Amino acid sequence: MTTHNPQAPMVPPRDRDKTPVLECKNLGIDFGGLTAVDAFNITIGPTEICGLIGPNGAGKTTIFNLLTKVYQPTRGAVYLNGRDTKNMNTIAANKAGIARTFQNIRLFKELTVMENVLVGLHNEMGYRFFPAVFRLPSYWRSERIGKARALELLSIFDMQDMASYKAGALPYGSQRRLEIVRALATNPSILLLDEPAAGMNPSETGELMENIRKIRDTFQIAILLIEHDMQLVMGICEGIAVLNYGRVIAKGTPEEIKSDPQVIEAYLGKGGQDA
Amino acid sequence: MLFLSQLINGLQLGSIYALVALGYSMVYGIIMLLNFAHGDIIMVGGYIALFALIAAFPPAIAILLAVVGCVLLSVVIEKMAYKPLRSAPRISLLITSIGVSMLLQNLAQYFFSANGRSFPSTLILPSGSVSLGGLSVSYTAIVTILVSVVSMLFLTFLVQKTKMGKAMRAVSEDMDAAQLMGINVSNTISFTFAVGAALAGIGSILYCCRYPLVSPTIGSLLGLKAFVAAVLGGIGSIPGAMIGGFAIGLAEVLVTALGLSTWTDGVVFAILIIVLVVRPTGILGRSLIEKV
Amino acid sequence: MKARFQISMPVRYCVNLILMIAFLTAGSFLTQSGLLGRAQNSIIIQVGFYIILAVSLNLVTGYLGQLPLGHAGFMAVGAYAGAIFWKSGLLPETPSLIVGLFVAGLVAAAFGILIGIPALRLKGDYLAIITLGFGEIIRVAIINLSDITGGTPGLKGIPKYSSFLVVYICVLIACVAIHMLMKSRHGRAILAIRENEIAVESCGVNTTYYKVMAFAVSAFFAGVAGALYGGNQGILAPASFDFMTSINILVIVVLGGMGSMIGSVIAAAILTSLPLALQAFNEYRLIIYALLLIIVMVFKPSGLMGTYDFSLSRLIEKAVTRLKVPKEEGGVYHDDP
Repeated sequence: MTTHNPQAPMVPPRDRDKTPVLECKNLGIDFGGLTAVDAFNITIGPTEICGLIGPNGAGKTTIFNLLTKVYQPTRGAVYLNGRDTKNMNTIAANKAGIARTFQNIRLFKELTVMENVLVGLHNEMGYRFFPAVFRLPSYWRSERIGKARALELLSIFDMQDMASYKAGALPYGSQRRLEIVRALATNPSILLLDEPAAGMNPSETGELMENIRKIRDTFQIAILLIEHDMQLVMGICEGIAVLNYGRVIAKGTPEEIKSDPQVIEAYLGKGGQDA
Repeated sequence: MLFLSQLINGLQLGSIYALVALGYSMVYGIIMLLNFAHGDIIMVGGYIALFALIAAFPPAIAILLAVVGCVLLSVVIEKMAYKPLRSAPRISLLITSIGVSMLLQNLAQYFFSANGRSFPSTLILPSGSVSLGGLSVSYTAIVTILVSVVSMLFLTFLVQKTKMGKAMRAVSEDMDAAQLMGINVSNTISFTFAVGAALAGIGSILYCCRYPLVSPTIGSLLGLKAFVAAVLGGIGSIPGAMIGGFAIGLAEVLVTALGLSTWTDGVVFAILIIVLVVRPTGILGRSLIEKV
Repeated sequence: MKARFQISMPVRYCVNLILMIAFLTAGSFLTQSGLLGRAQNSIIIQVGFYIILAVSLNLVTGYLGQLPLGHAGFMAVGAYAGAIFWKSGLLPETPSLIVGLFVAGLVAAAFGILIGIPALRLKGDYLAIITLGFGEIIRVAIINLSDITGGTPGLKGIPKYSSFLVVYICVLIACVAIHMLMKSRHGRAILAIRENEIAVESCGVNTTYYKVMAFAVSAFFAGVAGALYGGNQGILAPASFDFMTSINILVIVVLGGMGSMIGSVIAAAILTSLPLALQAFNEYRLIIYALLLIIVMVFKPSGLMGTYDFSLSRLIEKAVTRLKVPKEEGGVYHDDP
């Protein structure tokens, strides 16, 4: 049995020499009298696929909110590509390289699939107010390039033919995939996926696993995901952190986590090892 | 001496604002609606009282009719215009309340003409004044402040100590949970409107005694200012509405006393803006955290 | 992708240009031929500024999804700024007209930015109240700063620049500019903010910048409309720019469909011309407006046209496609510009 020191970093060997894309040091947040997250430490390598699991209410989405600066931490620090994100807001955090999807899908329902992705490409397209209104060449160039790029991104999930459909009209699974595409469009260094497999059957989950690996390999980015689906987590994560009541109770590779008594107790209660 | 008499003046005006502000706060607290039509309920109350007095009803009956009229009107409006929109986006509800306000004002204008009519305030309250330690205070002022304070105490008792009051508080905290606990949400909401309207009805009588002119538009500016009072005190908060009301009343009297009476409305709105910029939840209001 | 008839970009622009010239010719002919009386001419011009007012308010209500209640304030600021500039006689007639309109728009836009920055930090109802407050303050200020503005009795002797041609061109510019803006990344950002502001932030888009931009552009055109109003009446009085005026414009936008420019145009045309054309209607006008507002909100909150975006080119495309290919595939089409 390897050490279950929750403080140890988990970076896979190939990334050990590079600057970690994400580092949290003693991150914590209190809401009034309630400590939602405490002493959260993690180091994620630039191309690592990492999982964050734990029972409901453990604080996983809160951590995502801390990382994307929706909440400001009460304690501790978050470093993105080596930069302290202390004074950033959500917008700045995205520009610094962190993108996310949401537990309850937050798509632009009345806009088309294409337009949703184009919002992700907003900053990349860059032309200003007057070029837009007067339809100067920079407008036409940016729009053309943007649309091509959006179609390229949509083709990861084979969604390019749905480009002119309203996002709100898509089936649930496609909506989740569209959110991932939109997040990717912002050109992040690390992609945060909040329960990407929710509502998917095993074959869709399998496909999603393939696609996540493909995304990591193509774009060479890191991925941190929150998931309850153990097939997905154990299948693609290289490192896993287990959260319970706002604290990390175990960290390690899938094999280590699977057999960790504290993890089993958190999920199944005492005596769960017999299950 | 002058300061004290202006203080009383401000408290009198402020207590009227407070009574009206309570209606705004209570309704916002329970269904998150800024009821633009609330001010115009007051106007209706004034007309009812006016016609009752002209028809030689005794003043007590006239007051009762005005209050009952306001309550009935308010509940009818709630059932017909606001209830169908309970699950609609807030913009729709806001626009509807603007529509109701317009409707009331223009119906009144159509039926009663836009001209103001004189309100026989002396039938309700004697016009003299009393001397308190060398200070001359009008009966109207005393009665206004007293009635308002008693009404507010009664309201506080209602909200804190009765079953219905508990239901009101529950529904404003979490409508779904209250429903799951067996509280009849629709009735509670209607009751809230009714109580707010009753207070507005009382406020309308007191207002017409102070400014004895009834016209279709008296409700709108009064309503707006009482609304500012509610926001200042913290919309959704009952003690806040009271504090806000007195504050706005005093501010208005102060500005007039300084000789800047044409700027009074501007000052009231400036207070609104400052509050919204500096502390949108007002003095005693509670902030809402959005779940991400 | 099945075969779908698509008109290329340059051709679409030509189609629209032809449409615009057609309206201009028809309108000029109507107003100048003497077929219509003075009252009717006046109505057409009034429809013109209400179209601009509605389309500019629609930018913030329909597209951005907010509810500002002080639009008349921007109209007032632009009206007085334009009128004062025109009266000053700094420039000869034609340049004065054009520059004056810009001045009106820019001053109103400046107010839009000033008010927008604090106001847009607030949500929904609070934004409504604070803009209402600003609108009232502007009105009170106009009354009190009587040395500049002529106070309650008003500002007189404004040159009557608002001919059909001038108003038509301004309507065109307003509609085209806003349309171009909406079919660009800026417009997408604005629509996205309406849909889900938190998600927009998570895409790294500066939401405050876009909210203020929408406000400023909206205020700019409201100011231009105000100046045209002054140039039509010849006098300006603060009573014309009160809360009821803001509500009137809001009614037009709501009934026409928040988020539909063509809806705003049609509603403005109908609601402005109807009461003026039917004098007997006038007594009940406001009562009917109020009832209409309530009924529409309760039964069809999306308004007459919902979020429908008119495009002659797209209609032609659909017609040709339907002739070529009998059955249309499902899904709702939104287009490229």
